[in-house]
Amino acid sequence: MTKLTYIVPDGTRFDVEAENGSTVMENAIRNGVPGIEAECGGACACATCHVYVDEGWSPTVGEPQAMEEDMLDFAYEVQPNSRLSCQIQVTDELDGLVVRIPERQA
Amino acid sequence: MGEVTRTDVLIVGAGPVGLFAVFELGLLDLKCHLVDILDRPGGQCAELYPEKPIYDIPAYPTISAQGLVDRLLEQIEPFEPQFTFNRMISALERQEDGSFRVTTDEGEIFEAKVVVIAAGGGSFQPKRPPIPGIEEYEDRSVHYAVRRMEDFRDEDLLIVGGGDSALDWTLNLQPIARSLTLVHRRSQFRAAPDSVNKMMALKDQEKVDFQVGQIKALSGTGGQLESATIKGVDRDVEIACTRLLPFFGLTMKLGPISEWGLNLHENLIPVDTEKFETSEPGIFAIGDINHYPGKLKLILSGFHEAALMAQAAKRIVHPDERVVFQYTTSSTSLQKKLGVAGR
Ligand SMILES: Cc1cc2nc3c(=O)[nH]c(=O)nc-3n(C[C@H](O)[C@H](O)[C@H](O)COP(=O)(O)OP(=O)(O)OC[C@H]3O[C@@H](n4cnc5c(N)ncnc54)[C@H](O)[C@@H]3O)c2cc1C
Ligand code: FES
Repeated sequence: MTKLTYIVPDGTRFDVEAENGSTVMENAIRNGVPGIEAECGGACACATCHVYVDEGWSPTVGEPQAMEEDMLDFAYEVQPNSRLSCQIQVTDELDGLVVRIPERQA
Repeated sequence: MGEVTRTDVLIVGAGPVGLFAVFELGLLDLKCHLVDILDRPGGQCAELYPEKPIYDIPAYPTISAQGLVDRLLEQIEPFEPQFTFNRMISALERQEDGSFRVTTDEGEIFEAKVVVIAAGGGSFQPKRPPIPGIEEYEDRSVHYAVRRMEDFRDEDLLIVGGGDSALDWTLNLQPIARSLTLVHRRSQFRAAPDSVNKMMALKDQEKVDFQVGQIKALSGTGGQLESATIKGVDRDVEIACTRLLPFFGLTMKLGPISEWGLNLHENLIPVDTEKFETSEPGIFAIGDINHYPGKLKLILSGFHEAALMAQAAKRIVHPDERVVFQYTTSSTSLQKKLGVAGR
């Protein structure tokens, strides 16, 4: 199991245990982390699962693919460390990953 | 007041379920008119995931969402459905004779004996960007769509976005605008490469100003926009503008359906599972918009709902006709309707 942490805008932390192969979005939904809407269910078609990857983690998590970059155009307050969490797959390397959830999705 | 269009069945929403309803109603000799706020048929399939494969359509191990829409259009063609796009159904009232009067946001009027609400997750509406105070300017200076180009003549336009809508309107409005600035968060675009090249050419001729960045703040007086602050790559820039056109894609909102006097359950319309009729006789709800015990928001469930709904709709439109159960495989009368008789 891989440990993930979500930090919501008011500073509350949600620590969850995630299975490898699942996505960062799915684990937020399963654990009731507020602020991830995931309207399209992970199809990279809605941009309502936007997160900011915590400093230091970006190189490990990697850059978005072209389709995700396109979809990020529909997210708000996009920053260089923005990702769509349905496109981040949990692996051993991500153990301890911290992502921040934006003020709003859509 | 416009002309009144009469039809047997008015279908709100041209998503996959609304489209298939045309088929089931058509087999029973009912004519349909579909209205959708989108500019083309297909609902979520066409707007949200046209290229993605669907794996749970019976008999198609895999089919793209747009492929499914195209097949549905082919399948319903013999019934000559009528479409009105780019219109939202805003009002629905029962008339004295029991039929319905349905009105669009642009004032077109339809009269129908039966109304089928196949509105999915609600009508697709433009997303409002989270710019503080944007609401103040919405009446006068912020536009999420262009209905009349003339409204933008001699204005200082600020267009935001990197898709086809943003680029197309940049190209179309530039000749009549006093000035035009396009803002996008990066220098790559989702829009058709041809449009991007044309925009870049206008930029080189200094007819369009292109800025990489995101809008942070608006300022103006009394609802009239005067300028916008763009957070650029390394600094903020102030851009004078009188009109803002943000193109941030669409999101689904229930919209005016909540004002039609129907019972609602968490933004869904409760129906029975025999006829998929709402709390109002003669108004049916099928597909993602309805709710009943065990409901699954799947395309195939919507198709089933359409078939049962059609039987009940038939009894309302043609109360004197007996409905005989028939198979398309063997019924010559159904085959005639489909234009395949004698093949
Ligand atoms: C990414 C994604 C993947 C999916 N994958 C699958 C899958 O694999 N299998 C599956 O079965 N389902 C899948 N679905 C769900 C499927 O797309 C929906 O169940 C289906 O689209 C519902 O069809 P519908 O016709 O009821 O509504 P919709 O497709 O939502 O269409 C409703 C239409 O009504 C219009 N409308 C609403 N209100 C008004 C109004 N007042 N005036 C005018 N127009 C109005 C809307 O603009 C819209 O075009 C998926 C959905 C998404 C987003
Ligand atoms: S859940 Fe829709 S883009 Fe991630």
